[in-house]
Amino acid sequence: MPTVSMTVNGKAVSADVEARTLLVHYIRDHIGLTGTHVGCDTSQCGACVVHVNGKSVKSCSTLAVQAEGADVATIEGLANGEELHPMQAAFKENHGLQCGFCTPGMVMSAVDLANNMKNLDEATIREQLDGNICRCTGYHNIVKSIKDGAERMGG
Amino acid sequence: MSETGIGAAVRRKEDQRFLTGNGNYTDDINVFGQTYAAFVRSPHAHAKINGINTSAAAAADGVVAVLTGEELAADGVGPLICGWNIAGKNGVEAHNSPVHHALAMGKVNYVGDHVALVVAETQGQADSAAEMVEVDYEELPAVVGTGSALNHTTTIHEEAPANMCYDWEIGDSAATDAAFASAAHVTTVEVVNNRLIPNAMEPRACLAQYNQGTGDWTLHVTSQNPHVHRLVMSAFNGVAPEHKLRVIAPDVGGGFGSKIFIYAEEVVCTWATRKVGRPIKWTAKRSESFLSDAHGRDHVSKAELALDADGKFLALRVNTKANLGAYLSTFASAVPTYMYATLLAGTYTTPAIYCDVQGVFTNTAPVDAYRGAGRPEATYLLERTVETAAREMNIDPAEIRRRNFIQPDAFPYQTPVVHQYDIGDYGASLEKACEMADVGGFAARRSDSESRGKRRGLGYSSYIEACGIAPSAAVGALGGGVGLWESADIRFNATGSVTVMTGTHNHGQGHETAFAQVVSDKLGVPIENIEVVEGDTDKGPFGMGTYGSRSIAVGGSAIVKAADKIIEKGKKIAAHCLEAAEDDIEYDGGNFTVAGTDKVMNIAEIAFTAYVPHNYPEGVEPGLHEQAFYDPLNFSFPAGVHICEVEVDPTTGETEIVNYTAVDDFGTIINPMIVEGQVHGGIGQGVGQAMLEGANYDDNGQLVTGSYMDYTMPRADNLPNFNVGTTSTPSPLNPLGVKGAGEAGAIASPPAVINAITDACGGAMIDMPATQEKVWLACQAAE
Repeated sequence: MPTVSMTVNGKAVSADVEARTLLVHYIRDHIGLTGTHVGCDTSQCGACVVHVNGKSVKSCSTLAVQAEGADVATIEGLANGEELHPMQAAFKENHGLQCGFCTPGMVMSAVDLANNMKNLDEATIREQLDGNICRCTGYHNIVKSIKDGAERMGG
Repeated sequence: MSETGIGAAVRRKEDQRFLTGNGNYTDDINVFGQTYAAFVRSPHAHAKINGINTSAAAAADGVVAVLTGEELAADGVGPLICGWNIAGKNGVEAHNSPVHHALAMGKVNYVGDHVALVVAETQGQADSAAEMVEVDYEELPAVVGTGSALNHTTTIHEEAPANMCYDWEIGDSAATDAAFASAAHVTTVEVVNNRLIPNAMEPRACLAQYNQGTGDWTLHVTSQNPHVHRLVMSAFNGVAPEHKLRVIAPDVGGGFGSKIFIYAEEVVCTWATRKVGRPIKWTAKRSESFLSDAHGRDHVSKAELALDADGKFLALRVNTKANLGAYLSTFASAVPTYMYATLLAGTYTTPAIYCDVQGVFTNTAPVDAYRGAGRPEATYLLERTVETAAREMNIDPAEIRRRNFIQPDAFPYQTPVVHQYDIGDYGASLEKACEMADVGGFAARRSDSESRGKRRGLGYSSYIEACGIAPSAAVGALGGGVGLWESADIRFNATGSVTVMTGTHNHGQGHETAFAQVVSDKLGVPIENIEVVEGDTDKGPFGMGTYGSRSIAVGGSAIVKAADKIIEKGKKIAAHCLEAAEDDIEYDGGNFTVAGTDKVMNIAEIAFTAYVPHNYPEGVEPGLHEQAFYDPLNFSFPAGVHICEVEVDPTTGETEIVNYTAVDDFGTIINPMIVEGQVHGGIGQGVGQAMLEGANYDDNGQLVTGSYMDYTMPRADNLPNFNVGTTSTPSPLNPLGVKGAGEAGAIASPPAVINAITDACGGAMIDMPATQEKVWLACQAAE
């Protein structure tokens, strides 16, 4: 079994895993960070989105070995201690989550979106959110949250 | 109103953990020595099993055990049950109830049916070994179509001749026929309520453990009702005695009905964990969810509405074929009967109604309650029929509803189909919705669309639903096998903080916040000092769970009852400490005051006194901890009007919802932010049903919409923003005046959307989902 090493939320981690291990299972089962979720088996739902070297990635469609040496950020690394990241704070303020299952992936996608595009309008947010499925909110408050969060992030 | 009391848009207490990745869902939980389960599932819709050879799988790397139905039966584990008996026409006392083995015994009846369990050291090993189980299938013809299942050449179950589960009726057939005979106009509509797959984002999962030292089981499971799971699994499946089985439903990632039911997986894993002597975890892959979660809807109906010359409804006659799938799921039988046809009066004064329903078996996944459960089917049928009648008689669709609404002074109103509505003002919701949707400006907007080569349509939906199912005795009289009360337990700690436990379950609805608001409001305790605990049979009192928008109407009422008991006891303690008569103690907002004086004790002081009872009234028990059980007096009846406006491109069939307005009467609202979120989510699912979603089986019973590549889930760019408002007629029948808000959006929206699309496309029927292709064809036909 290969040894796979990377940095997750600023900490060096390493684990011996089967070569077929997906990044999401490496993070959940070997590193023990269960905030990243698995909601489907076709890379559609986006519950597993993390950042790899600063870009949002569906960790269910990446092998752990492909992330060897990478700098990975998960939902657990976003807040500053108990102080929420502006995007997390915007989701709370705007009721952008209900059951919470899609939320980590939504927030990680939203942060990447806000980092990459400025002056986000509603239509752009809706279009860019195509890779994240939520069954609870009808997206109304997620879109509102992302607009607010992007503004809080300075966009 | 306080900033955290009833009516305040308090931000949710549960959000911090969900937003930071600290949620605790079943699959997040791992225990020492855990093994992993994989289920061998039928690849055939209908087949005999001539043999199962498990030897290769059993010998594979890491495999701990391979178990089949024979072993399950040998250990006396009972079949899965349906908890609601439906008596049929002509004095038939019971529906046909085929045995539903948790692991197949000689036959499989749908693709995804459970054949064997493989337990291994890793998930990969379990999955690989599952493929090595050799099953000798002898394929049989499959029964698939809802409308063609009855008297099919193939019979699925010996216990259900002609594939009939029941032939049931409600209402007055003779009075309905008589009204039709005198009608000036009859509108006939044939509608299909498309089959849906619930798709909570968290797939179902369980983690079963057995402690050989204590003889206790612990089952973590994705459940909306952990006590019901424990009750059914002990009383009927017999996998563990009730007092030795702890069921924990931790954070659950959405339910929408699909996590009410007691499924094969949790029963089999709870049995197997003792057998193999190791904890067993099972987590559904999404493809398994598609195949084996209970599906929703799937009706084929014909409705006839008799009207007088003024468009007044005289009678409604309905026949429905309801697909129940291959077996009866836990509450399947009640959904197309008592959850459906009892709502066919809608918000109208229709004096005569008759409906008969044939529940049919097919070689498809079991069908059971999905958000709205019966009420969306009733509302869709009725509102499509009303809209069609308005078009046929050339009456404005809002006006025909006005003419037929039950008037505000007519309550309590007895419908011809069981329900007695407590209160409502349907006209108020209609007028408010028309104003918010700017119906007056629609003609100009339509002209504008037409000038750009587009078509524009407006669709109405006036809905009513029955929430907070009960009273228990009525449920029993109609065949239900359970009580539908709720419990609450309010425990003051000595330092004045409060733990509230109730038998409902939070899987996105915000109970930890909304119930804390109720307690804060009643007992004057700061909301940050209140903890709401649900989902663990070892912590809270027995409760019936969360479904049917019952949590606030029934669970909230139980909390109020328990709070009243706290106040009652507090008065005794305050009277003693303040040296006054109990009758002279006034209670308000957490303070116990001697009337007409400034002598006061706060509830925190009362709590401390109760736990350190040095100066204490004689004969009063120490402690401040009260419990209440609440059985509702009636259902609650949220109602409202939704208006959808669409623009259609006739050259492509592309449909855009350009305005969606919802006005709902939920009575008292505890947290408007949470309620709006519930409405948004419900509309999202309803628009999904109307325009995108549909579970399709091919003629061989293969699910062809078995992944997110094939089953169209609503995504952010499929939906608009929603324009949401409320009216309020508080329910007089529960202490909070609440009605429930979880399902309204999913109930109201499908007919609003289809009425709008058909309005845009020339009026002819378009079945859900109104895909681009169907809309394009309708536009072509209209031109």
